[in-house]
Amino acid sequence: MYLKINTDHARFRQIIRGRIKKDLRKYISKGEMIGRKGKHLVSIPLPSIDLPHFEFGDNRGQGIGAGDGSEGQSLGPGDRDGGAGQAGNLPGQHVQEVDITLEELAAIMGEELGLPKILPKGNKNLSSFRDKYTGIHNIGPRALLNFKRTYKEALKRQIASGTFNPDDPDPVVIPQKRDERYLSWKVKQQENNAAAIILIMDVSGSMGDEQKEIVRTESFWIDTWLRSQYKGIETRYIVHDATAREVDRETFFSTRESGGTIISSAYQLVDELIQRHYPPSEWNIYPFHFSDGDNWSADDTQKCFEILENKILPKSNVFCYGQVESLYGSGQFYKDLNERFAKGAGIGDRIISTRIPNKESIYDSIKEFLNKGL
Amino acid sequence: MSDLPKELRAFQDEIEGYAVGYGLDFLTTVFEMVDFEQMNQLASYGGFPTRYPHWSFGMEYEKLSKSYAYGLSKIYEMVINNDPVVAYLLKSNSIMDQKLVMAHVYGHADFFKNNYYFSQTNRKAIDMMANHGVRIRRYIEKFGYDRVESFIDLCHSIDNLIDPHGRFMVRSRDEASPDHDPSRVKVHKLKFNRGYMEKYINPPEFLEEQRKKIIEDQEKVRRFPPHPAQDVLEFLVDYAPLENWERDVLDIIREEAYYFIPQGQTKIMNEGWASYWHSTIMTRKAMKDSEVIDYADHHSGTVSMAGGRFNPYKIGIELFRNIEERWDKGQFGSDYDSCTDIAQKKNWDLKLGKGREKIFEVRKIYNDVTFLDEFMTPEFCAEHKFFTFQLNPKSNEYEIASREFQKIKQQLLFQLTNLGRPRIFVVDGNYQNRGELYLWHQYEGVELKLTTAKETLSSLQKCWRRPVHIQTMIDDHYRVLSFDGQALAERNIAKEDAYLG
Repeated sequence: MYLKINTDHARFRQIIRGRIKKDLRKYISKGEMIGRKGKHLVSIPLPSIDLPHFEFGDNRGQGIGAGDGSEGQSLGPGDRDGGAGQAGNLPGQHVQEVDITLEELAAIMGEELGLPKILPKGNKNLSSFRDKYTGIHNIGPRALLNFKRTYKEALKRQIASGTFNPDDPDPVVIPQKRDERYLSWKVKQQENNAAAIILIMDVSGSMGDEQKEIVRTESFWIDTWLRSQYKGIETRYIVHDATAREVDRETFFSTRESGGTIISSAYQLVDELIQRHYPPSEWNIYPFHFSDGDNWSADDTQKCFEILENKILPKSNVFCYGQVESLYGSGQFYKDLNERFAKGAGIGDRIISTRIPNKESIYDSIKEFLNKGL
Repeated sequence: MSDLPKELRAFQDEIEGYAVGYGLDFLTTVFEMVDFEQMNQLASYGGFPTRYPHWSFGMEYEKLSKSYAYGLSKIYEMVINNDPVVAYLLKSNSIMDQKLVMAHVYGHADFFKNNYYFSQTNRKAIDMMANHGVRIRRYIEKFGYDRVESFIDLCHSIDNLIDPHGRFMVRSRDEASPDHDPSRVKVHKLKFNRGYMEKYINPPEFLEEQRKKIIEDQEKVRRFPPHPAQDVLEFLVDYAPLENWERDVLDIIREEAYYFIPQGQTKIMNEGWASYWHSTIMTRKAMKDSEVIDYADHHSGTVSMAGGRFNPYKIGIELFRNIEERWDKGQFGSDYDSCTDIAQKKNWDLKLGKGREKIFEVRKIYNDVTFLDEFMTPEFCAEHKFFTFQLNPKSNEYEIASREFQKIKQQLLFQLTNLGRPRIFVVDGNYQNRGELYLWHQYEGVELKLTTAKETLSSLQKCWRRPVHIQTMIDDHYRVLSFDGQALAERNIAKEDAYLG
């Protein structure tokens, strides 16, 4: 049923979305949301959006109560942090929790994002519209009049108003205009572009806990956002140290391993995956690789580049590489990668590489990867 | 929304009969049934589903819906002060609930009609709100949603700057400024003992010179406004350089603020009165034996003071009952007051039987402040175990501060005076002869909250378009906060320079 308040409520939610968007960087860098899924509610503390008034300050802290107890007895903790008595310039002492679903949050995040260079591919790309009769409406065209529902409504009305006589051997039910019920429909759109995302994470020993956290957080948001935006997207997860293996989503976000780093092992696996499941003629392919850039040897790095150049890049729309800064890692891979595949030189345009020095830069990195229209 | 089903209709007639029998006097009362979503919507709009659109109502709705969904709160009814009185009942209420609520509603309806503080409210409130809604929607269509919305934001931010007693003042704008009468100017003379010395001590030429000077000064500082104006909104409507639609919107917000004022001024009395009558009607007349438990459950929930919370329903009903008992037994007047024998006082009973009559009188002429000031006695205070509490800054815990009657009463009255809002006046609309607005916060021992005060100042500035100032008191210093459209400034001023009322 339509309520007038819905418009105002929607406007309020819109304002909240705006607030969240402003502070998105902060929320995104929090790792605690990992592991939740689309419909899960996330509580986001927002500074109160009440309109300001001239009002009495906190130094009042007084009031009237009733009940037992002697003077000086405690009634419970105050809502201020201890001792911050001065009315300072800090806004937002009142904090309001706003519940929103993870999907919504991802959507807010992605209002200016998009998969780069996406092309219509695959046999799923026939976008088609189909009408589906899904509900009942009070108004509609004559042809869609639903007789059964209409007469039911008329009967209800007559019983309620007392004009229906069940003892009558031949009861008459006459529908009025307001009893009329019509079929209503929705237009359904079929999904269009087929896309495959391959997330690759370096879990080797040189990655500290903090680095893994960053990588997990970033890939989590990319994954969540893509899932919320592109229906029918396929995601594969690969972890690697000295060897690479494909894992499921849960394992990907929770695994803790250690060992050496041989990046080429992962790239080889990516190539196999593509060959087996995702023919580039039918799929938009996006591999994302996160690492600290500390490869085992320069030889292996060369091997990686060969696989990239000859196998992965020609088949992928874009190859994304994100490098975290670790205490032990040299970060050499990022430099080598950018030297080898210079921008503007054909295939080099298909590489997007970013550095993620700390949690705060996660959002920028995501923005660089998913910059619409690149 | 739908009319009452037959069964409830019968109950309504029955309960209305009891109410009339007890002498309640009310306008025609119409009941409608709503589901919880509609009820939450009504509550968010302050009872008027036709109000103008604004997100703050949506925010209220979000709070109410969430709190209802988690089972923290439930609104059983809403009553609208209107002619006819419109009351909404929640569909999911049990029959007992509906009867109780109806009796409660008749209490409110009687209060709306008879209490003096409601005498100036617009009884065609539903029409008024609908008209306001139409006007604002028209402005939205004409000037765009964002523009109108941000102006409403600004109005909401200052909508408490009105005079709660403003509706009762007959001071018209024309006669407000007294003419300066040169013949009545008094010049200060020095003291003299001997008559023949006068023309030497107070030379006439000098006095004449002084007189001219005073007249000149008076001309200069002719006040604008002539008296400090607590109705800041009215001042802005009259004098701020607003566009016509803005002026109209501000006027609408002001009118609605005045409509809701009496409800804030009589919260304790109004709820107490309605609770008194639902309890009286239900327990003496309308309740069936089988409903006793449900009734007791509902009623005790309504007047619960659990957790040391201050509940207006409870204070109100108890105080009305207390007054009824005292006037029934004659426990008032100088004989009673001067009696010092506790036992005698306790058993004091003159069998006057004037209780009912007295409470009807009380509901007519008092508001919360005068009600508590007049009728709250030390005995009442002790019986209900009231205390004042205070935040202990060291432990950051609320503590019971005192059980002293005077302190409790003082605290309570302070909370209710001016609806618990700071009193703020326009004292100069042409500050420093530069068309700036100078407001004065009448300091009564509690400081303004600076963070919100500064933001509010910027809302005011957007209305006034020239710099605005507010003089207040911080840490025992006179302080002026100013906003000129770009930057906030703060400065301490000496007592000599301050406006002192």
